[in-house]
Amino acid sequence: MGTDLFPPPLPTRDHALVLLRQMLLIRHFEERCAELYTQQKIRGFLHLYTGEEAVAVGVMQALDPRDAVVSTYREHGHALARGIAPGAIMAEMFGRREGCSGGRGGSMHLFDAATRFYGGGAIVGGGLPVAVGLALADRMQGRPQVSCCFFGEGAAAEGEFHESMNLAQLWRLPVLFVCENNLYAMGSALSITESSADFTRKASGYGMAAGAVDGMDVLAVENSARAAVQAIRAGNGPFLLEARTYRFRAHSMFDPELYRSREEVEHWREHGPLITLTRRLREAGLFAEEDFQALTREVEAEVEQAVAFAEAGTWEPVEDLCRFVYSEVERA
Amino acid sequence: MSGELQVTTYREALRAGLRDALLRDERVFLMGEDVGHYGGCFAVSRGLLAEFGSERIRDTPLAESGFVGAGIGAAMGGMRPVVEVMTCNFSLLALDQLVNNAATWLHMSGGQFPCPLVVRMATGGGKQLAAQHSHSFEGWFAHIPGLKILTPATLEDARGMLWTALQDPDPVLIFENQTLYPMEGSLAVDAGAVAISGARIHRGGADVTLITYGASLWKALAAASTLAEKGIDAEVIDLRSLRPLDDATILASVARTHRAVVVDEGWRSGGISAEIGMRIMESVFYQLDAPVARVCTAEVPIPYPKHLEEAALPQAVKIVETVERMMRHG
Repeated sequence: MGTDLFPPPLPTRDHALVLLRQMLLIRHFEERCAELYTQQKIRGFLHLYTGEEAVAVGVMQALDPRDAVVSTYREHGHALARGIAPGAIMAEMFGRREGCSGGRGGSMHLFDAATRFYGGGAIVGGGLPVAVGLALADRMQGRPQVSCCFFGEGAAAEGEFHESMNLAQLWRLPVLFVCENNLYAMGSALSITESSADFTRKASGYGMAAGAVDGMDVLAVENSARAAVQAIRAGNGPFLLEARTYRFRAHSMFDPELYRSREEVEHWREHGPLITLTRRLREAGLFAEEDFQALTREVEAEVEQAVAFAEAGTWEPVEDLCRFVYSEVERA
Repeated sequence: MSGELQVTTYREALRAGLRDALLRDERVFLMGEDVGHYGGCFAVSRGLLAEFGSERIRDTPLAESGFVGAGIGAAMGGMRPVVEVMTCNFSLLALDQLVNNAATWLHMSGGQFPCPLVVRMATGGGKQLAAQHSHSFEGWFAHIPGLKILTPATLEDARGMLWTALQDPDPVLIFENQTLYPMEGSLAVDAGAVAISGARIHRGGADVTLITYGASLWKALAAASTLAEKGIDAEVIDLRSLRPLDDATILASVARTHRAVVVDEGWRSGGISAEIGMRIMESVFYQLDAPVARVCTAEVPIPYPKHLEEAALPQAVKIVETVERMMRHG
């Protein structure tokens, strides 16, 4: 199956603005995180999603609130697009108790039971088997949900990727595998890590339906994801969607980016998801510059509210250090 | 209990426990390599496929990380999976899922995502299966906060630990010593669930405490019989659970007998025997009449030939020698 299997139709103006707003929110949220990192408000590892916004936002349009999402350590965008409150995400990065994981996880480990957001996992490939199991539980209990699993293309080199492909297809489980192909596993380019960089063919090797999409085009991503989820819900088994994307920022805040050129980054920035969507909308007459300005002001205010919420957050008492190593629910 | 007994085996007791759980809770299913059509590598699940069908007695590909991870997901998704890993040697292929996921998610998510997973695996040596099928990793796993580690040694525990483990909201790993599967004995016809916390004093004694678990329990009991003939009265503790450890039972016993020998089929360096010995030192040091001693597996990969394998593993005769040496110097 080729790229852009499902050519994107034009959205309504209202929906287009929803997509644009979500992507803008992620963009501003991430840029603010970078500032807060230099101010040492956020510590540890910080992996920003800047440039990849169209993937999270496009895919989430296709999911129901009851569906499960399993994500990676570059998951702020997934969490925001899933609807976790920006304040709870920012507070998590500040390590505050009001964070979506109670401050226990930080940037790489956002969790939220209310939206069935199962992390935030920092072991590359480690989330895939869990997504298979969540889908197995749904199937065995007769629930119509889909488990959506995000992972980077680097994970496709891990054994857990292949084990999960095989299991999901073997048992025809309702899993949407979303491979975010940003061309680099940390700093290692595909050409030096993968014998074959065609991820849809890897899925085909397991008999799994697959398609690739321009991950810089949110309309294309949404359209592909909707078609994939519809097929999964219809009982056709799992689907692998490869979203071809690019991260504009460094792998993490410690990365001097020795492995790629400024020209390459600039080239991708010119084809970024915000530019791609606004150009399309402008051409169709669905969008004016004032819309962009108004949405930008809105999301900036929302991000500042999130920062204020995080700043006002509290520290978990040290006495609680060992809580939740084991469940506190008494056995029935 | 009616008091009526039947002769059965450890293997059959495990199967009865599995069958009972499958009948009582429709969320329970068994998943692993060769658990269905083959009947289980150690024949524990033989016959269950015909009774419960392939959805609930689920053969998996050879993909330990994949199906253990799937068990974690299924557990968090509302099912009660029993994942069988053929031997604990193969569980090393699933360490990422067990240690990085199952053991961490509850804490890391601030209590949001409990993982009621049960994993069963065979452990231990003694069957001339050489170095990749004979190791004991239960002590290793007991190092990990977030996991619970069970070591059923008796028919009662083989029959009854599974149901209680399935009621536990957190991941429980059950290590079945592979030499025990054919062990025959009497078990109450109406035997059922047992507590999974707490050690059990298997034999009372006044002179020395033998602290052990799993198949080594029977070696320790044999040693205790020999010692009794020599006028040494050994108490034998079956730990049953390596995490959490039942400190109270261990310490009270050692405080009474003033001597302790830990018998562990794991390796000595950095093993659970070191942990138990240190806890004794921390709490009842001044009540000891002799240094704590250990009988562990020799620090080698378990060899194939029978004489070398026997030399590598803890044996009753070594336990007897260790206790006699201790009594002479104590």
